[in-house]
Amino acid sequence: MTGPDTGPSSRHPMTGNRMDPGDETEPSYGTGFETHAYDVVVIGAGGAGLRAAIAAHDAGARVAVVCKSLLGKAHTVMAEGGIAAAMGNVYAEDGWQVHFRDTMRGGKMLNNWRMAQLHAQEAPERVMELEEWGALFDRTPDGLISQRDFGGHRFARLAHVGDRTGLEMIRTLQQRTVALGIDVFMECTVTEIFTDRSGPAPTVTGAFGYWRETGRFVVFEAPSVVLATGGIGKSYQVTSNSWEYTGDGHALALRAGASLINMEFVQFHPTGMVWPPSVRGILVTESVRGDGGVLRNSEGERFMFDYIPEYFKAETADTVEEAEGWYADKKNNRRPPELLPRDEVARAINSEIKAGRGSPHGGVFLDIASRRDADFIRRRLPSMYHQFKELADVDITAEPMEVGPTCHYVMGGVEVDADTERSKVVGLYAAGEVAGGMHGSNRLGGNSLSDLLVFGRRAGHNAAYHAYGAAQDRPRIRDEEVRAAADAALAPFRLEEDGGAENPYTVQKDLQDVMQRLVGIIRKADELTESLAEIGRLKERARHLLVEGHRQYNPGWHLALDLANMLLVSECVATAALAREESRGGHTRDDFPGPDPEWGARNLVLTLEGDAVRLEQQPLPVMPDQLKTLFEDA
Amino acid sequence: MGYDLHLRVWRGDAAGGDLGDYTVQVEEGEVVLDAIHRLQATQTGDLAVRWNCKAGKCGSCSAEVNGRPRLMCMTRLADFDPAETVTVTPMRGFPVIRDLVTDVSFNYAKAQEVPAFAPTPRDADGKRRMMQEDVERGQEFRKCIECFLCQDTCHVVRDHEENKEAFAGPRFFLRYAELDMHPLDTHDRRQLAQDAAGLGMCNITKCCTEVCPEGIKITDNAIIPMKERVVDRKYDPVVWLGSKIFRRDRRDEVERG
Repeated sequence: MTGPDTGPSSRHPMTGNRMDPGDETEPSYGTGFETHAYDVVVIGAGGAGLRAAIAAHDAGARVAVVCKSLLGKAHTVMAEGGIAAAMGNVYAEDGWQVHFRDTMRGGKMLNNWRMAQLHAQEAPERVMELEEWGALFDRTPDGLISQRDFGGHRFARLAHVGDRTGLEMIRTLQQRTVALGIDVFMECTVTEIFTDRSGPAPTVTGAFGYWRETGRFVVFEAPSVVLATGGIGKSYQVTSNSWEYTGDGHALALRAGASLINMEFVQFHPTGMVWPPSVRGILVTESVRGDGGVLRNSEGERFMFDYIPEYFKAETADTVEEAEGWYADKKNNRRPPELLPRDEVARAINSEIKAGRGSPHGGVFLDIASRRDADFIRRRLPSMYHQFKELADVDITAEPMEVGPTCHYVMGGVEVDADTERSKVVGLYAAGEVAGGMHGSNRLGGNSLSDLLVFGRRAGHNAAYHAYGAAQDRPRIRDEEVRAAADAALAPFRLEEDGGAENPYTVQKDLQDVMQRLVGIIRKADELTESLAEIGRLKERARHLLVEGHRQYNPGWHLALDLANMLLVSECVATAALAREESRGGHTRDDFPGPDPEWGARNLVLTLEGDAVRLEQQPLPVMPDQLKTLFEDA
Repeated sequence: MGYDLHLRVWRGDAAGGDLGDYTVQVEEGEVVLDAIHRLQATQTGDLAVRWNCKAGKCGSCSAEVNGRPRLMCMTRLADFDPAETVTVTPMRGFPVIRDLVTDVSFNYAKAQEVPAFAPTPRDADGKRRMMQEDVERGQEFRKCIECFLCQDTCHVVRDHEENKEAFAGPRFFLRYAELDMHPLDTHDRRQLAQDAAGLGMCNITKCCTEVCPEGIKITDNAIIPMKERVVDRKYDPVVWLGSKIFRRDRRDEVERG
């Protein structure tokens, strides 16, 4: 297709800068900018971003991947348990229909049915592809890819590598990306998507960003942009998410004219570390429970038996005997309640702690030591063993862990077409955590890694296809847009005339406190209203951010820019949470404790008008009758 | 339980820099990265440092703590006496960009030189079969989180910039070994590891194994077996036997076969 030849060989392998700067033509908007033309620009280099880039490359597009960290460090690396895919390697009875049903029920039927269907159908082949590219999964005795049990999944279904599946996945995709010679712009942050607003729908023209290493500005001219930026968890105090998870893609999409759905649904993973304070929130994989671990309160009770909801009664063991029988005989026993979907388990742990039956450091006990032998634990859960040993002085083969809920994942995201992952903006695609709909109100463990692969690939293909169609008639980026983006990016270095100099680290900390306290696991109207007022005040303070130093690798400046995204996305979460007057999945209202069938047929859609967040209700897409029959025997 | 930690942090850029002295309040159970973050949030907003997962899984926060290559997120303050000064400097094996951030592009350039995995076709049912014991060796190497501490510490390149062109370093010997031991890979990368990656320059002092935060036995399990496999062709017993049994002019056929 089009664009100047800037193959990877002529670039610095890390910064992406051209080794021969003489090639650079002076852009019309002035000096100090560097310009690149691509067919597809993928923002984010986690599982979804890299899979999208590979797909777009395979479809013949010239592709750039732009990511905030070094290649291979994205959040996918932290995924532990596995990739959910009905491959049937362990249970031949498994198939896409069962996986689809589990996913929909786990999301309390609010999922976009078509996404859940595509996901269940395509996940097995996406896993096989990883093996094709060098991934070394754990094996069954027959030599096939092994599959492990996880919450909410009827059959053992998660392809895994010990408890470091995310590392295997990212390394495999990274090595594939490198082998294909795809250009990667590492440590480069995108702050704006450019659009042409002259037609009936906004149309992507490119993107604007800066090199973290130098502070130098970059303009990408591209008809297709794929958002694969992950989640929003850094807006919470106790989170398993890294500094990168500031809702960049969510905010970029809103500002470009796209819509967000399901933003009220935030997943609190039931098991994060709670002690010492330094590690509070770090993930403890669900595999601990899948492999036999159980939850106990301070009285030694397996309390999950007291929290089996009506909705899952038919498929959950209600006696210890039956639960114990399940590990060896899944046909004649129902699943232990410790393996209920994550929202159920997180709420139960929260209730136990509130009732005063928590562990010494404000969690509950997760015990595998008394249930499996030390060799088994070290073999199946090596990084959990290492993590507790190194960071908490706890030997998980000898004593229970202390765990509590931690902000982990946002179900909500950019509203996309199920088959193509295109947003309301022409040329703007979203895949992975930044996209909404697939997981409904609650995501099942293991469905994230498969989501990244299935929809990353679809987004990449469709983005390439769109670029191909737009090859003759590429919209142009206007000079004033570029200058405005540069001006906005430099604002934190200027002291405003009206005074006030806010430290970005302090504003971030205050936002985390507000979200944790007022928009957490259990919500109520007055607290949500208060949170919106607080967020409003924080936004005002954020107008007066001032950072020290200069543009070269300056984390204070980077945070100041990310903070605008965090504030906008937090406002969306709180706005939608206040509007949805029911409890469902990752959204629990103290003042509306049960699910409401009318709310169960509606999505909340958020858009941006000027600076104001606008909320609308929209009917949920209705599943065809043929698929409905899959739920009849439940 | 908290105390005032005396922290010394290198600040500067490619043009030069200095150790700065700071006092940071720290709490029980904290790691060096916590102290660096608090310093950044309260005293030095523009202190450059890489980090992501803060749980020893991503390999971003590599630095030298009191001169030893470490992940800052896995280095507990409890390992130091509260009265002790903790000194944090950037990895010495790579050029400094700013403060604790170094230019690790050497590693990404070397990664581009490794020929990709090339598997055999799938089985008739569309699946692939490998036995657990056959994948385990490769799995050990794939635990690598690319923190590049082994590359930082390796004396072949640590103070010998001139060796970098011919030497890929321990991280990539792991990669060559992993592919070489992969049950389904069809390439022979032994000669490449020796010639292009500079395996022969390694004199197995095991410094890389010592600093690996994942506990990968880089030297014993990857480098030494690779070195042995490189020379294997010469000492392959079948080839040796062939040279004794067959006439000299037929030896080539045996070696090819």
